[in-house]
Amino acid sequence: MADFHSSTLTQLAADLRARRFSSVELTRALLARIERHQGALNAFISVTADAALAAARGADRELAAGSGGALTGVPIAHKDLFCTAGVRTSCGSRMLDNFVSPYDATVVARLKRAGAIMVGKTNMDEFAMGSSNETSYYGPVRNPWNPALVPGGSSGGSAAAVAARLVPGATATDTGGSIRQPAALCGITGLKPTYGRVSRFGMVAFASSLDQGGVLTVSAADAALMLREMAGFDAADSTSVDTPVPDYVAALAAPLAGLKIGLLKEFFDQGLDRDNEQRVREALRVFEGLGASLREVSLPHLPLSVPVYYVVAPAECSANLARYDGVRFGHRCDSPRDLNDMYRRSRGEGFGAEVKRRIMTGTYVLSAGYYDAYYLKAQRVRALINADFIRAFQSVDVLMGPTTPTPAFAIGAKTADPITMYLNDIYTIGANLAGLPAVSVPCGFVQDLPVGLQIVGPHFSEARVLNAAHAFQRVTDWHSRVPRGYA
Amino acid sequence: MILRWFSQFFSAPHTPMALTREQIASIAALARLELSAQEIPVYQQSLSRILEFVGALDACDTADVVPMAHPLPGLSQRLRPDVITEEDRRDLYQANAPLTAAGLYLVPKVIE
Repeated sequence: MADFHSSTLTQLAADLRARRFSSVELTRALLARIERHQGALNAFISVTADAALAAARGADRELAAGSGGALTGVPIAHKDLFCTAGVRTSCGSRMLDNFVSPYDATVVARLKRAGAIMVGKTNMDEFAMGSSNETSYYGPVRNPWNPALVPGGSSGGSAAAVAARLVPGATATDTGGSIRQPAALCGITGLKPTYGRVSRFGMVAFASSLDQGGVLTVSAADAALMLREMAGFDAADSTSVDTPVPDYVAALAAPLAGLKIGLLKEFFDQGLDRDNEQRVREALRVFEGLGASLREVSLPHLPLSVPVYYVVAPAECSANLARYDGVRFGHRCDSPRDLNDMYRRSRGEGFGAEVKRRIMTGTYVLSAGYYDAYYLKAQRVRALINADFIRAFQSVDVLMGPTTPTPAFAIGAKTADPITMYLNDIYTIGANLAGLPAVSVPCGFVQDLPVGLQIVGPHFSEARVLNAAHAFQRVTDWHSRVPRGYA
Repeated sequence: MILRWFSQFFSAPHTPMALTREQIASIAALARLELSAQEIPVYQQSLSRILEFVGALDACDTADVVPMAHPLPGLSQRLRPDVITEEDRRDLYQANAPLTAAGLYLVPKVIE
């Protein structure tokens, strides 16, 4: 079968269970695709072909015996910040270029237990700090829709791999939009769950009050399936919330009629590309056609999301990245003169420019005399943004708007000025600050480039958000479009 | 265009906040980051710009607002019983260390 890659993750799992083909055949076919397109896309940092084929043989034995889990035999990729036992976990950084994780992240272990097969680790912005995948030590990832453009970031490798149909699904993480923004720019579905929904044990930390693991897939139904297998309480993560995991797949079919949709007024302002806005408004009409009602809601403090984020995230990053000291793991400089020289040169050499910029910003805003003015002030404004969301959800079920201001931009176009790059996350950061679940689904094209519709729900409403996304995808086919050359 | 859109929300004048070379050097020293002579002016410029940008928060009235400490309202960090849950896997963990001897991590001499 030559067209494995045109199947969704849900379909592949069902076909494997029905033994229409073997996991070895499927895994081999996708590994060949990864190899063929790696030069053009640079979506992977490591490919684990031998281990994948060995796992596929094991999956085939389970399938033959009628055992196995929901994902048995299905190849997936992990963003290279999920720890994978015995496999390099680089985080896109020179600092961890030589780091072989001694254990699996909980997400990795759970997907493995569900039967998924890891084919490799995907490229990403260094330590997930970036919106274009240009800060990776392993070079930029290219957008499958146009190789001169960025795929978005920081989960750019996972997004490009799914968009190019190299894998049917991939894990990703979202601190300020790192799942939803690349999903939008690559024309796929991306889900950031509620803070605490998915375990962060073994997920390399960037900003601990914002980081959350999630998925990049072709469809919302695929995202529901992967999330169901990944989510749930984990005693090893102190931020994991002990609340039951609903069957997200079963919830997909619920009717949409009566859904109250809030249009985020602040997101439809003049910063939004006109054509992008048109696609989003067309998508909203589709929801009306499905029986949903629309009303405009205003979250007055939301425009302050970006400055709040660029205080809180660097502050937490500077604390988290203090662990990279060249002593226990990671890069160590050559022939250090003394301990301080070892710290300074190991970190100076091991971190790239954007990571250093954020560490220094964070160090500054947390330093004596500035803590109140910057960090505490930002956390106060964050509380106001959170209150805006809570108020909005008293009158609507979900909020909708664009995922990004524009479609994908050129590689190199925004690297000169950090603020220009940071503002690319203006529509996604709010959900991180408030810990809310949000999904981006493809909703059309602008000049042959995909654009995304964002759906944000109240805490732990993943089932509702995915249900709305799925209802949209049942009557549209934007998510099924494949970039030229990858069909 | 986005930047122009963004600036409309902030009418309060921000004090332009230019960091000096010395300040950058001192932040880098606190963060234990070796910077080259060429890197310092780059960070001087971009950090100043970031601080000016986040200065937009000053215009927001936050009197009586309690700073948010956890993204899920009403939840706080969970505690666990003080019991040993980890087994000894020192050899496995030290396989990633740059330099070890006899189960110890080696670093440059600290005490003369």
